[in-house]
Amino acid sequence: MSISHAPPNSPEPDISGISKSVEAGPEEPGHAAPDLQPLVPASSRRTRVPRWLRRTAGPLLLLALWQLLSSTGVLASGVLAPPGRIAQVGWDLVADGSLPSAMGTSLRRVAAGLLFGTVTGTGLALVSGLFRVGEDLVDAPVQMLRTVPFVGLIPLFIIWFGIGEAPKIAIITLGVTFPLYLNVYAGIRGVDSQLIEAGESLGLGRWGLVRHVVLPGALPGALTGLRYSLGIAWLALVFAEQVNADAGIGFLMVQARDFLRTDVIVVCLIVYAFLGLLADFIVRSLERLLLQWRPTFTGR
Amino acid sequence: MATDVHRAVSPAATGAAKAVRVEGLTRSFDGRAVIDDLRLDIEPGEFVALLGRSGCGKSTLLRILAGLDRDIEGTALVSRRRAVAFQAPRLMPWKKVWRNVLLGLPGRPERSVAERALDEVGLGHRSDAWPKTLSGGEAQRASLARALVREPDLLLLDEPFGALDALTRIKAQRLVGELWQRRGCAVLLVTHDVEEAVLLADRVLVMDSGRIAHEQRIDLHRPREITDPRFAGLRAGLLERLGVHTAAEAA
Repeated sequence: MSISHAPPNSPEPDISGISKSVEAGPEEPGHAAPDLQPLVPASSRRTRVPRWLRRTAGPLLLLALWQLLSSTGVLASGVLAPPGRIAQVGWDLVADGSLPSAMGTSLRRVAAGLLFGTVTGTGLALVSGLFRVGEDLVDAPVQMLRTVPFVGLIPLFIIWFGIGEAPKIAIITLGVTFPLYLNVYAGIRGVDSQLIEAGESLGLGRWGLVRHVVLPGALPGALTGLRYSLGIAWLALVFAEQVNADAGIGFLMVQARDFLRTDVIVVCLIVYAFLGLLADFIVRSLERLLLQWRPTFTGR
Repeated sequence: MATDVHRAVSPAATGAAKAVRVEGLTRSFDGRAVIDDLRLDIEPGEFVALLGRSGCGKSTLLRILAGLDRDIEGTALVSRRRAVAFQAPRLMPWKKVWRNVLLGLPGRPERSVAERALDEVGLGHRSDAWPKTLSGGEAQRASLARALVREPDLLLLDEPFGALDALTRIKAQRLVGELWQRRGCAVLLVTHDVEEAVLLADRVLVMDSGRIAHEQRIDLHRPREITDPRFAGLRAGLLERLGVHTAAEAA
């Protein structure tokens, strides 16, 4: 502030309060008077409303609008039940035990599919990522199969596995396998060759390199793959459970559809969303635990 | 230049007595010889600096001596106990500093082994840190500790100070000089910094088009001072060999 080339009589100075107190030096020829801009401290610009309140206001407003439309009759309960009623039905379904048991069945299916899919996807990626021969043998067929929309295989799976648990778990397995394969494979191949060279120069053997350099280096990719896989697992579950199910959340929904119970359907959708959120939370925690060596950008 | 270190003796007799013995070494990339019939001997405990313009093959030579490049012709005998520090520290980001130091050591070494090496480079207090939280100088010192913990007879340094800022570089150069005097291992320092070479080495080699084109003994007493007129003379001579003419000559 002490060096101000601004002419004392400059029109409308931004910093009038300050610049008047400083005696401006005589104007030097050849120097254009710089236009000074006050830099306001960030803290003074922040709004008083806390962030979490702003974040929750949107959904709450939407909910209020929904309730309003329902109670005024614009939204018929046959089309979409009002939020209050959905909460009531949700509570009833929990109380009579049908929702918990359906959730248990669905969770078991996802867990089994996820387990098999993770084992196959990771296994295949390791084979093709770590060995040249494996790449030649495995990668091409997997890339080919990947283009087949797995949901389209449901009829074939019903013929092969019947209508029990097997085709449902198989569909989830299939859906989980490919994203995991792609990301683990890319993760392995993306490991910095400089680090591999450093490992070699430190005297690590082939297995040592895999264990200390390649696999930890592929872990971020693998976890990204796992997150994609989880999303697809829920999607596959929805498809699988709408076909000949006699238990599970999907079965609850199909039943509700037959009785035009939009409230039950919405409850089931909320449960699906909640389970997806929970799975995402688990993977995030896993990432925080396993990737704590990565300096993360937390945002401002 | 004239030295008799290249006297013809049978490999078996000299192999044990030298830290490096290379003869007729050739390395080609697509038919173009980057290293061309090269001959190099390094005595145990000797500090050799290898100068050269970029692309002259000096880093390729270091990689060959480190055993990372085996597509070679000719004889190359290198100490079995050797360690490398690269220009980039190349620490495994998923291992804490002390685990990085112990990586690849045979058996199950105690953490205290790593701590001792880290203390030696003045990094004992960062032993439990993640590599990505280290500064450039700290990471380079960790990389040095990782090399030293192997108790090498031959330490290969590939422009280890190249990425450091000027002040950190001076400290790191001093550290390497001290470590060398304490450990007594042979050092091959690849660099393009003439001052650094004259400051640290017993012998400076200038590499050009795949061969050792010039060899200069540095007989100055240690610690060496950049202000020493003999230092300036050696520096100017080497710079001229590298095709850079100093201001004094230009005038």
